[in-house]
Amino acid sequence: MSTNRNGKTSGGSGAKTIQKKEVAKAYEKYAEKFTPKPTYLKNCIIAFIVGGLICMAALYVKNRLTAGGIGEEDAGTFVTMMLVCTAQLLTGFGWFDTIGKVCGAGVIVPITGFANSMVAPAIEYKKEGIVLGVGSKLFSLAGPVLACGISAATVVGIIYWAMYKF
Amino acid sequence: MAQNKIGRQTIKFVNRPMITGMCSVVGKKESQGPLKDWFDVKLDDDTYGEKTWEKSESKMLKEAVMTAIKHSGTREDEIDVMLTGDLLNQLMSSAFMARDLHIPFIGLYGACSTMSQAMLLAGMIVDGGFASNAVAGASSHFCTAERQFRMPLEHGNQRPPSAQWTATAAGAVVISDEKKEESDKLVPPQKTICLTEGTIGKIIDTGMKDANQMGAAMAPAAVDTLLNHFEDMGRSPDYYDIILTGDLGCIGKDIAIDLMSDAGLNRKVLTNIYDDCGTMIYEKEQDVHSGGSGCGCSASVYTGWLFKRMKRGEINRALVLSTGALLSTISPFQGESIPGIAHAVAFETI
Repeated sequence: MSTNRNGKTSGGSGAKTIQKKEVAKAYEKYAEKFTPKPTYLKNCIIAFIVGGLICMAALYVKNRLTAGGIGEEDAGTFVTMMLVCTAQLLTGFGWFDTIGKVCGAGVIVPITGFANSMVAPAIEYKKEGIVLGVGSKLFSLAGPVLACGISAATVVGIIYWAMYKF
Repeated sequence: MAQNKIGRQTIKFVNRPMITGMCSVVGKKESQGPLKDWFDVKLDDDTYGEKTWEKSESKMLKEAVMTAIKHSGTREDEIDVMLTGDLLNQLMSSAFMARDLHIPFIGLYGACSTMSQAMLLAGMIVDGGFASNAVAGASSHFCTAERQFRMPLEHGNQRPPSAQWTATAAGAVVISDEKKEESDKLVPPQKTICLTEGTIGKIIDTGMKDANQMGAAMAPAAVDTLLNHFEDMGRSPDYYDIILTGDLGCIGKDIAIDLMSDAGLNRKVLTNIYDDCGTMIYEKEQDVHSGGSGCGCSASVYTGWLFKRMKRGEINRALVLSTGALLSTISPFQGESIPGIAHAVAFETI
């Protein structure tokens, strides 16, 4: 049995690894019998209602703004800013985690969840200082989403561009 | 030749070191739980007047250690060694607590199994004649553990039903080779708790990778240590009045009972005498899902509830096993499974 540079064992241990994986799978299945299932349907319904209400409220504000003479694009930006600020404030007051616990994806999927994922680490790491604490941890939750999101958008953008170019 | 070793994993405390002092300190949520009347120090505010959560946890452990020493009737300079641990990187709570006390210090990391690990080692040190008085302690804090292992506190997310709640709690005991006069004068007279045997656990890894399934990941380790203890000692579970695991939680407890009855132990006896600190420390209504976890969970239940009941003579023989999930903050991201461990310590009153 030898170990290569990647730490993966080769040779005689292959069968052992497969056996280990099977044991792990069997135990996971066994443990599942004892684990209560999350209330998926209830969570989905609450998320749908709350998420929908947030979008409705946002649309209402946007319509009022456009009716007041603000351009379509600017109104959209203002509404986004309002949603972000509200979520930030609620996080600061320490209420958003409770709202998030009940409403789940309903408040996490809209931009409110993004705002919360920025402010929560900012509060948490304030004690380690503004630069090395807040500064370095601010994107600890949002960072991976941003990096992957922007990368995916770039790839899609290139494909889109290529489709029309050729 | 190891004279005090029995069987494969068990050691015998020949001189039967005693527990002479103990103290439990718990946070706000824990002091609203079912064991609220048993704990010694209950905080109204989990910050404990400190600026950071780490400092609060450190202060809780220090309070537990100092009160236990006071309770034992010894002075700080009579303590020969102190063994404590916590969940934080580089044992921040323990080391920072120890810098203010001039007591020889050994830091221990056994994840949530730290309390029984500390009592086992402190017992061996006293039993071997290397110390007259040794302190064993452990602490955990919801807010420090959460930020290190999971998410920032204010992050809005939904915890799965298998998730456990890290207890904000600390516990410490003083283990001595002889009883101090002061503790004899107590009215009504109290029994003395002795350490009789200990079983050092093996790491058992079932391949579980879900960090929200700690109870299920640790249960096989607890069962392995228990079965080895019974085999080494030639005992059956009914030898003990109570068997307590550390923090398997509701799911882990059910799995442990199921695995033990599969191994041929009597399920009826087990349901009567076996319990888990993680299921005892909170009410179901406290929204902790599968129960409590953390070093402080078992440390506070042993020192606050179990040992007090033993002193009153309500329980005579007890076997405790704190269970630990030895994952790191990076191991789940590297695709590693969770290694589980459990150490057992047996107590008897005289």
